[in-house]
Amino acid sequence: MRLPSRLPPLSRRSLLRGLAAGAAALGAPTVLAQSGPRVVVVGGGFAGASFARALKREDRAISVALVEPSEHYTACPMSNAVIAGLRDIGAQHFGYGGLEDDGIVHVPQRVVRVDAGQRRAVLADDVMLDYDRLVVAPGIDMRFDAIPGYDAAAAELMPHAWKAGEQTLLLRRQLEAMEDGGLVVISAPPNPFRCPPGPYERASLIAHFLKTRKPRSKLIILDAKDNFSKQKLFEQAWAELYPGLVEWVSLSFGGKVTQVDAPARTLTTEFGSHKAAVANVIPPQKAGAIAATIGVADQTGWCPIDPATFESRLVPNVHVIGDAAIGGAMPKSAFTANAQAKACATAIARLLRGQEPESPKLINTCYSLIAPDQAVSIAGVYQPANGLLSEVQGAGGTSPLDAPRSVREEEALYARDWFETITQEAFG
Amino acid sequence: MSRTLVSAPKTAKAGEIVDIRAMIAHPMETGYRMGPNGQAIPRKIIRHFACDYDGEEVFSAEFHPAMSANPFVAFSTVATKSGMLTFRWTDDDGKIETASAEIAVS
Repeated sequence: MRLPSRLPPLSRRSLLRGLAAGAAALGAPTVLAQSGPRVVVVGGGFAGASFARALKREDRAISVALVEPSEHYTACPMSNAVIAGLRDIGAQHFGYGGLEDDGIVHVPQRVVRVDAGQRRAVLADDVMLDYDRLVVAPGIDMRFDAIPGYDAAAAELMPHAWKAGEQTLLLRRQLEAMEDGGLVVISAPPNPFRCPPGPYERASLIAHFLKTRKPRSKLIILDAKDNFSKQKLFEQAWAELYPGLVEWVSLSFGGKVTQVDAPARTLTTEFGSHKAAVANVIPPQKAGAIAATIGVADQTGWCPIDPATFESRLVPNVHVIGDAAIGGAMPKSAFTANAQAKACATAIARLLRGQEPESPKLINTCYSLIAPDQAVSIAGVYQPANGLLSEVQGAGGTSPLDAPRSVREEEALYARDWFETITQEAFG
Repeated sequence: MSRTLVSAPKTAKAGEIVDIRAMIAHPMETGYRMGPNGQAIPRKIIRHFACDYDGEEVFSAEFHPAMSANPFVAFSTVATKSGMLTFRWTDDDGKIETASAEIAVS
């Protein structure tokens, strides 16, 4: 016996209206049926939004649905400035109106499962979206099983603030409420994780906050690594701008946090323990939960991909971009997400036309603020090699060490312009 | 002098199995690497590590060139009586670094 369609007629119709309005061609009355190919995007962050737009630019006949439960996105880049009281969280919010103007249908729902054989995504309200290609861009989730004592409840006391939003504001409030002379502890995770220079930019801006507002306080970074992105630049900045205020404890010197007691704000390491006034625990991470549900995440928690097309190595016709993907040498950043989105859109447009995808070259640049008006940067160029995205030797680099203040100030302006440009491209 | 870090519980019950950790800041230079001048960088590693508990050796290990810089050792022993844990690292030149931790057993 055939099962009756589980589609509630109203949502089907309203969805269809949206699609008909957005797509160039009107189709038969089945969900997402169009004359052109259908691409469904899961996740509306930098990767998903940039991808949806780039694909529309490639070919307006492709119908693109962006499934994202939130009405707006809260961007992570620059959110460390929100924590340090230098910026309003409102400056991090971006809606999907611009995407809808481009003919992309924003479906404010959650994907609950994907039938890869039928090429069909099922949403929480039982609406089904058929696709030719599915693009998964779920970003990250915290691994609340990684540090004993650090679960979702503990994150309300020791915020991670590693997904921008309420957590960002919670950490800011805790810093503002802290008494002068308090100890701030940042626990930095092992690789790979979102935004490799992020914990150290955060340390710099919190140090600036402490120096100007609570000068008797101290900041310790407990790190599960022995080295980190732009390390020399950060260490130089800390020594020059915040002498005696920032202490970095590497893995070898007991930096790995092995347990936390959130109510007591205590962090235990292999060689001791620290009682913090404010604790910011950035735990190990994994691809956003939907990746595991769809079956595109492997045992590492991240998603293996073909580096030329970003197609999943585990599920055919499904592509993964942004932080969730195993990017090889490419760091997990908004710039990377945007670059991968554009490369993936080009590849998918070619695949849908029956053409061979070309091998892309991708660029990443990360700016980090070391003070409100000073920044340092790192850049890299990447291309597929040996089944991974590999760095093109000699093509990238970092800001110079020992540069005059004017260079750092100029880079802070570039950082601001970069944020304007990328958010405009993804959401504007 | 190299920096060392050791960790043992301050107190334990008699018969309890306790975790002990020890780390030394050391390059563990393998002797197989070439320097920028094209000359081999001479080998310099920790050769031997040992831990005594109240004068009696409870753990020892031979280290080899494949071990990482800043070698970290974790092991367990049975708390028998109050006393001193002493740690000893010996390098290729015979130079010895030591550290200690006290444990009170009830």
